[in-house]
Amino acid sequence: MKLVFQRTVGLQEKETHYCPGCTHGIIHRLVGEALEELDILEDTVGVASVGCSVLSYEYFNCDMTQAAHGRAPAVATGIKRVLPNNRIVFTYQGDGDLASIGMAEIIHAAARGEHITVIFVNNATYGMTGGQMAPTTLIGQKTATTPLGRNEQTQGAPIRVSEMLATLDSVAYIERVSTHNIANILKAKKAIKKAFRYQKEQVGFSFVEVLSTCPTNWGLDPEESLQWVEDNMVPYYPLGVKKDRGVTTNVT
Amino acid sequence: MAKVLMKGNEVIAEAAIQSGCKYFFGYPITPQSELVAYMAKRLPEVDGLFLQAESEIAAINMVYGAASAGVRVMTSSSSPGFSLKQEGISFLAGAELPAVLVNIARGGPGLGNIQPAQSDYFQVTKGGGHGDYYTPVLAPSTLQEVVELTQVAFYLADKYRTPVILLGDGMLGQMMEPVEFASIDFTEAFPKKDWATTGTRGDGPPRVISSLELNDVNLENHNKKLQAKYSEIKCQEVRVDSYLADDADYFVVAYGTVSRIAKNAIDAARQKGIKIGMIRPITLWPFPEQAFIERKDKAKGYLVVEMSAGQMVEDVRLAVNGTAPVTFFGRTGGVIPSHLEIYDAIMNVAGGELV
Repeated sequence: MKLVFQRTVGLQEKETHYCPGCTHGIIHRLVGEALEELDILEDTVGVASVGCSVLSYEYFNCDMTQAAHGRAPAVATGIKRVLPNNRIVFTYQGDGDLASIGMAEIIHAAARGEHITVIFVNNATYGMTGGQMAPTTLIGQKTATTPLGRNEQTQGAPIRVSEMLATLDSVAYIERVSTHNIANILKAKKAIKKAFRYQKEQVGFSFVEVLSTCPTNWGLDPEESLQWVEDNMVPYYPLGVKKDRGVTTNVT
Repeated sequence: MAKVLMKGNEVIAEAAIQSGCKYFFGYPITPQSELVAYMAKRLPEVDGLFLQAESEIAAINMVYGAASAGVRVMTSSSSPGFSLKQEGISFLAGAELPAVLVNIARGGPGLGNIQPAQSDYFQVTKGGGHGDYYTPVLAPSTLQEVVELTQVAFYLADKYRTPVILLGDGMLGQMMEPVEFASIDFTEAFPKKDWATTGTRGDGPPRVISSLELNDVNLENHNKKLQAKYSEIKCQEVRVDSYLADDADYFVVAYGTVSRIAKNAIDAARQKGIKIGMIRPITLWPFPEQAFIERKDKAKGYLVVEMSAGQMVEDVRLAVNGTAPVTFFGRTGGVIPSHLEIYDAIMNVAGGELV
């Protein structure tokens, strides 16, 4: 019998705490598969952030350090700078963590061209904290702290983090992907793998923004949530490569 | 090794490098910026790394990352910047990560000024950040003592897996004195850092460094473990100095640079026949309570001198526990008390002895 699929060794054999319909589990698996396929799992230190993914250190099958709110890029900088060059360091951060309290840390890690990989999961809300407005919350989107919908006049416009970071010279690779259907999940896998490969080959700072769902706080069922990503998030957060410095070797 | 004339901030930096610290993450702030600049110049020469962070918050979190990877690492700042580091210090304590943190204190609160002060005592000795934790705090009074206590700081950090604070003030950071760099032989072996997250290749199963524990009973158990460690540090690591204390009836209590000024005042009072000496805490936490308990039947009074509105005086009162009067004299805002002022304060406390 031909084996066509099996659990990735990039993840621990453990049930996650994520809500039904949340795509964190898919994104975890994509990261785990990328680490396994590039044979870097044993060279990798992951940095867990704060928010729904705070417990990701229980799921990834590699050394993990847990960082304070928004500080994961600084913690990752400290780890990466003191370990040998062949070590891989990644952060796994949500939009509340990365784009609000941790905005300074991500901008400066990118500006320094830190040789780390950032997996940025954007679900347009504060998930674990209870569905409050995030910097990525869409105009008109109702949240616990924008009960009438986000108003640009009083709460400003959502931040397109990938585009903003792509303006920095020292960044090697930035792509925005989504997990709302199979085709996009496959593209997300390719981007995440490429981001880690760029780090392995010491190209520089790599960053993948993954559009994700939050059925619980959005008040939608899992299927509606996937559709909401396509209908509302993708138009504001266009998918695709935002910056690619490229490498001389064949990166796929 | 010959003595060299160096500035205080640079002595701390060089002593750290000679203690095996090859990694420094910092952010400039007066009056400690020479330490940052020295590290920037020297660390590449010893195959180390200096990185200027975008903020004090980033710097302490870079320290957290480097410490979690098992290296000897340091950061430094001054009062307003040290406040920003408190978040990270709480996380270091919670995750039990060793690091040395330098505070070359200045006048506050708020932006304050850049003159030397001791008004960060509460912040460094009472935890400072959120949660139940303490950090050992070492307070040198001379640059030669800086050489020794910087080594002790790294030793304590590694031995107990804890952040350790080296506390000076702007005067200590900016003064120049001849120093001799000599290594301390700590005799006991440092515990292996097999907990460090460096990648698992060849090292067995994955490791996790975290200060998170969602289960309340588990977190209480973690806190009990931390408190047991703090109890051991209180038993094992108290450091205190004294001056003319053997026959003294009265005592000045002072730490850091102001203790040097107080010595002049004590000498002057001795010439007037007052039997006064000094107790100088070197570890501010753990506080040398025993030095006061031992003198409870003999001491007639204490004068606490600080460059603050009165912070350490509370620990002295707790240690003295009502067995003798405790008086306070302090200057704030970066004002350095003169030895004449301290002499007058001594006379107010112990002058009755002249009658």
